[in-house]
Amino acid sequence: MIRIKCPYCGERDHSEFTYGSDASIKYPALDAPESEWTQAIFFRENIRGMQKETWHHTNGCRLWLEVERSTITHEIKSVKACHPQIEKITKSKL
Amino acid sequence: MTRFNAWNVFKNGFTGQKNWDRQWRDPEPKKEYDIIVVGGGLHGLATAYYLAKNHNKKNIAVLEKGWIGGGNAGRNTTIVRSNYMMPGNHEFYEHSLKLWENLSHDLNYNVMFSQRAHVSLFHSPSARDDAARRYNIMRLHGTDGELWNLDTLKNNIPHLNYDNARFPILGAAVQKRAGNARHDSAVWGYARAADSLGVDILQNCKVTGVQRSQSNIESLETSRGTIKAKKVGFAVAGHTSVLWQMAGLGNLPIESHKLQAFVTESVKPLLDHVVVYGVGGAHFYISQSDKGSMVFGGDLDWYKSYAQRGNLPIVQDSAEAAMAIMPCLGRIRLLRHWAGVMDMSMDGSFFICKTPLSNLYLNAGWNYGGFKASPASGWYFADLIANEQPHKHVQNHNLERFEKGINIDERGAGPDPKLHG
Amino acid sequence: MTSVRKDNYGKINRDKAVSFTWDNKEYSGYEGDSLASALLANDIKIVGRSFKYHRPRGVMSSGVEESGALVTIGSGSKRDPNVRATTQELYEGLDAKGQNAFPSVNFDFGGINNYLGRFFAAGFYYKTFMGLPPFEWGKGTGIWMVFEKIIRKAAGMGKASREPDPDSYEHSNDFCDVLVVGSGPAGVAAAKETANQNLNVILIEQDSLLGGNNLADRKFDPSLLQKQLESYGVRVMSRTTAFGVYDNTVVGALERVTDHISNPNTSLPRQRFRTIRAKHIILASGALERHIAFNNNDIPGVMTANAARHYLNRYGVLTGKNIVITTNNDSVYQTAIELHEAGSKVTILDSRKDISMDLPKEIELHLETLPFSINGSKKIQSLDVCKAKDKTNKYTIICDQVLVSGGWSPIVNLVSHRGIEPVWNEENLCFVPGDIKENITVVGSARGIWNNDDCVESGIVGANEAMNTLGIDRKEISFPSVGGWSNSIDALYEVKSNKFPSKSFIDFQHDVTAEDVRLAHREGFVSVEHLKRYTTLGMANDQGKMGNIIGLSLMAEQLDKTIPEVGTTVFRPPYTPVPIGALTGRNVDKHFRPLRVTPMHQWNIDHGAKMIDVGLYQRPWYYPENNETLSDSYIREATIVRKTVGICDVTSLGKIAIQGPDATELVNRIYTNPFAKLPIGKARYGIMLRDDGIVMDDGTSWRLGENEYFMTTSTAAAAKVMSWLEELLQTRWTDLKVNVTSVSEQWAGAAIAGPKSRDVLNECVFDPNEITNENLPFMGVLQTKLKDGTPCRVVRISFSGELAYEMYIESDYAHGMMDILWENAQKYDGCLYGLEALGALRVEKGHVTAAELDGRVTIDDAGLGKMASTKKSYIGSAMRKRGVLSADDREMLVGFFPINEKETFNAGTIVCEKNQIEGQGVGRITSVTHSPELGHWIGIGFVKGGLEKWKDITLVGADPVRDKQMEIKVVSPHMIDPEGKRMYA
Repeated sequence: MIRIKCPYCGERDHSEFTYGSDASIKYPALDAPESEWTQAIFFRENIRGMQKETWHHTNGCRLWLEVERSTITHEIKSVKACHPQIEKITKSKL
Repeated sequence: MTRFNAWNVFKNGFTGQKNWDRQWRDPEPKKEYDIIVVGGGLHGLATAYYLAKNHNKKNIAVLEKGWIGGGNAGRNTTIVRSNYMMPGNHEFYEHSLKLWENLSHDLNYNVMFSQRAHVSLFHSPSARDDAARRYNIMRLHGTDGELWNLDTLKNNIPHLNYDNARFPILGAAVQKRAGNARHDSAVWGYARAADSLGVDILQNCKVTGVQRSQSNIESLETSRGTIKAKKVGFAVAGHTSVLWQMAGLGNLPIESHKLQAFVTESVKPLLDHVVVYGVGGAHFYISQSDKGSMVFGGDLDWYKSYAQRGNLPIVQDSAEAAMAIMPCLGRIRLLRHWAGVMDMSMDGSFFICKTPLSNLYLNAGWNYGGFKASPASGWYFADLIANEQPHKHVQNHNLERFEKGINIDERGAGPDPKLHG
Repeated sequence: MTSVRKDNYGKINRDKAVSFTWDNKEYSGYEGDSLASALLANDIKIVGRSFKYHRPRGVMSSGVEESGALVTIGSGSKRDPNVRATTQELYEGLDAKGQNAFPSVNFDFGGINNYLGRFFAAGFYYKTFMGLPPFEWGKGTGIWMVFEKIIRKAAGMGKASREPDPDSYEHSNDFCDVLVVGSGPAGVAAAKETANQNLNVILIEQDSLLGGNNLADRKFDPSLLQKQLESYGVRVMSRTTAFGVYDNTVVGALERVTDHISNPNTSLPRQRFRTIRAKHIILASGALERHIAFNNNDIPGVMTANAARHYLNRYGVLTGKNIVITTNNDSVYQTAIELHEAGSKVTILDSRKDISMDLPKEIELHLETLPFSINGSKKIQSLDVCKAKDKTNKYTIICDQVLVSGGWSPIVNLVSHRGIEPVWNEENLCFVPGDIKENITVVGSARGIWNNDDCVESGIVGANEAMNTLGIDRKEISFPSVGGWSNSIDALYEVKSNKFPSKSFIDFQHDVTAEDVRLAHREGFVSVEHLKRYTTLGMANDQGKMGNIIGLSLMAEQLDKTIPEVGTTVFRPPYTPVPIGALTGRNVDKHFRPLRVTPMHQWNIDHGAKMIDVGLYQRPWYYPENNETLSDSYIREATIVRKTVGICDVTSLGKIAIQGPDATELVNRIYTNPFAKLPIGKARYGIMLRDDGIVMDDGTSWRLGENEYFMTTSTAAAAKVMSWLEELLQTRWTDLKVNVTSVSEQWAGAAIAGPKSRDVLNECVFDPNEITNENLPFMGVLQTKLKDGTPCRVVRISFSGELAYEMYIESDYAHGMMDILWENAQKYDGCLYGLEALGALRVEKGHVTAAELDGRVTIDDAGLGKMASTKKSYIGSAMRKRGVLSADDREMLVGFFPINEKETFNAGTIVCEKNQIEGQGVGRITSVTHSPELGHWIGIGFVKGGLEKWKDITLVGADPVRDKQMEIKVVSPHMIDPEGKRMYA
């Protein structure tokens, strides 16, 4: 069981969350060319090691979180809200 | 090489089993090979075998970082079927099933392919119609497939949860030629057969670097020295991205996810078919091994991972799914669970294709479905490496299909690897 | 009689006799017995048969590593195969039987396999059974499958019940600072030490009694220990096995709640699956004694030495009269003395020389002596022994029991699959746990510490380590060193004999012999994983607890390598087998998944609805009158909707409140069609695409105010769309000031469809003249109230193509809304209609749903290309026309009619050209219905090139899986009122 420290709810089982994707993906502008979108949507660095990724606290506060986690050991280094303003608020609460 | 048959088994009974040879040699790596297949799993070994057998290629090596069959070949739930419907996919998997049907004879190794029928349950009229579409396409390709109504299903498998299921069972889509096989023996069978055709199987030979020019691979750095190659094929599903990046080729349409598998203590025959279903967000498949263990699996662990071990939530989910369909399994005990690392591709389909490097070929992206695919995978990959041209059945199984808008996604789940679990 | 109950020994309750049956005969034991100890006390020697050779098996251990005494307990739906008699507590009426034998374990026809053993070497089945013997003639799988039937019957161990498991199971969630696994001296010390610091400590013990190997001590009293630990504040969980350590020091544990009770209180679960989330784990899991491989080392009467001590001091059973103990280490000497004191004649064979031990003179000690071969088949007659240096120097010792100690293996199983490589300790010939980076500390004999005092000390040191990681400042960490015997252990794993077939067993359940390991080597299966898979060594119920190290040593010998060079396989969880029922807990049968119902669920049922599962929801399928069939019912319902009016529960649609200054911007970016200029009080139908340009979902959004929208989604995609909007707003478009809230549960909705729908609505709302074509034009939104004043929302929207509305009300008022709608609909001869009629009506109109939008369909394919704006960018706009997605010959949405109007067809039918009924065809039928209006069956679906290409051409619908084939023609998907006059009326 991976335990994720949700900045809003506290430490919870990962089964409360839904894995999103690689957080380093930069989605292009809506009117960006097809080739940029193709890279963003279909191609992955697929890091073997520490990666930044998104998780959705689906059965909790519904925040999308940026989690720094090892894809080899599942060890988590850091967790923060993806949205910068929410991150500020949750951080000041801690 | 001593042929495997009842006569020789009988004879060895009197000679203390002393006259069996090594099933494959343990050669020293040569300095150079015409073709190197990286990955000593089922796909890599089958590729080497068909390169030698179908294309008369000599001077082939298979490089395996550990022991052959140690990856997903030895971790799967051994189901073999061809109930695919997208163009190319169907032809590919049906060819694979046909190869399975004769594989024991072809390899002179009992791979124990048991055509005990693959029974895919449906729980709603719309799921039945979805199945009908798929199985109709199979039938129109000359492949076997049928729908069982509830009575037929009950006659065949009386102890499913017909009375109390949350999602009542309405019937099943059935492929009778499908079934299960013994995964390890397929690995060893391909290894022994490839070896006898002169293929060097190099175990404990980990690729640590790729020497290349702008357009070519020149040699591979390995834990057993530098080995030159005229052509190289990658067949290392689970870790394709790692090798791809080692070759300096950037990103692939692949993410590595882990899939758990489970076996129970062995019991006398309890289930004579492969039973599969998906409803209420669950996905589940089960069969009984010849040894008597119930072998089953469910969903991915739902997050990216290279770890070959699973986590508790999916253990629980799979147990729930098992009991939902076979309530007698409650008293059967789980003996062992583990995980394999899957190459999850962005559309749930595989890659057998050329690459940006002229002498590098890619075999990857097997998602859940690599085991049943392995004979055809080896067959078509060998064909690609030998002829430098993809066979028409795999002409769309390349890295360009996404920009080309070619959709061979069996599930229609969308560009998110975890959704193809 | 050779094994007997001894007075004044054991921790059993002699005041409480317990009767039980073994193979249908009644026997007696005592409370506190295990099934194995009770069987031994009754001198029952043969309790099982091995997997392959069907050799007789007796009790070989006293614990979880047992691979001989596997029995079946109970009958009928409560039949439990493969139960270890050694860990099964005895209870009144326990009904145990031998298994894998016919007619019984005492006399088993399967024993014939033992004589065929010379042919049945490891992996022999890979070499034959492929074709017709002897040369495997033939093709295909036919012959194999004949053999397979026989093999399957012979394989397996116990027979499982096919009836549903009647017992209940429970899940429990626990949290603690420190979890101690094991209650031996090290575990107890660690628990006390940490609990003393006011930490929240759980100690779990798989046994019913605390004490670990102290239970083999005659003077040890486990009841005191329990009280003592509780006084420290330790939560003690006995009969609980930590079966697996998972990420973040979470432990899966199985508690056996009633497996030891004859008539348990039915309110108790049989077992409890505990998920224990610890901050630190202290593993005091102990060590297991190994066997030694020698000829016939599996005859009933062979046991590990420590097991005999357990049986004597815990259960009061002296397991032999004339005992030979064979060893390579010091651990057996105390056992020897105690067995001697209990009255047995004891002989020790020690493979070592020059060892010093104080022994009573009656105990014979043969140094440098090895066990060579046991004589006997169902019981031990005697033991041939030989000298270590000269194996030809043999003699025979008459005995009825042979106790074996081949050294001890620390139980590193729980951390093995966590990537922690065990380290070989050459001095003590065992693997000890390697470097652990997680918050896990191993103490006691699990780290290779043998002496009681050292174990206690290691427990305290382990506690310190745990407290260090928990931030409580403690002393330096320095564990006692590994080992602790006064004489060093001798590397003895196998005593070779030249007999063939070999009967030197390594894996007693799977009949893996020493010769099998050598055969595996000969054939190239030299990696430990290959060895395991080829010989099945370590794949039986004990998962290699007994035999692995011997197997490794034999392979090392063949390879001329050391054991650590050969390596070890990974032990996978569970540590001991866990019933699937326990893992499932309460989520069985109808509770497999939650049931979602709409707020008018009961109302629907009360009004005669037959329900159907749609995802997790149950929705009204049809409302039969006078025992109508589904088909009669939906046709009637659809007819009435088109004629007068019908009411349908549409609550399961997803509903999302979108609020904020950028609400308009958000909806405009996610829908393909323009929303920027949608006026307040109007709704619009919209399509959403995925990033890759494929259709994701459709629905409507209503503009309720300047900064507020109410969005509906399809039932199936409700959760997905909600998460998707949250993802976009929290990760991609963080500059947008807008909030989304799921209000699916807050609003109940009903569709009111049909020419009389407006009349019905006016009867229901507060102001009977409020709803007019002008006030509420097509796609208009009205926030109003019902007659009784309850606020509600009405939108004029049509899925059926008729004049139609949807009304939404706060969920608590759903019944009231249905009552008033239904009351007034009846005035106009209306009906209630379900999902089937809803489907019929929408198919007639060519409206798409999930049946059409299968995740591969583009907006153009679905015939909705006009809804894709070219003036704005939105999710998917960049990708929706890439490559072949904009090709001319794509499959396009069309309608289908049968050529023969009496013909029916099914969804899932493949559309083919007349002379080419094969392959992928040219299209497919996705939804069908009988059309009451047209009087025949109709369908919608897709064909390559669309209507234009196939107009007036007869095609064939092929449905071979339902033995149907019919001629069809392609028509416009808009089969009724294509101009939409009715809905604008």
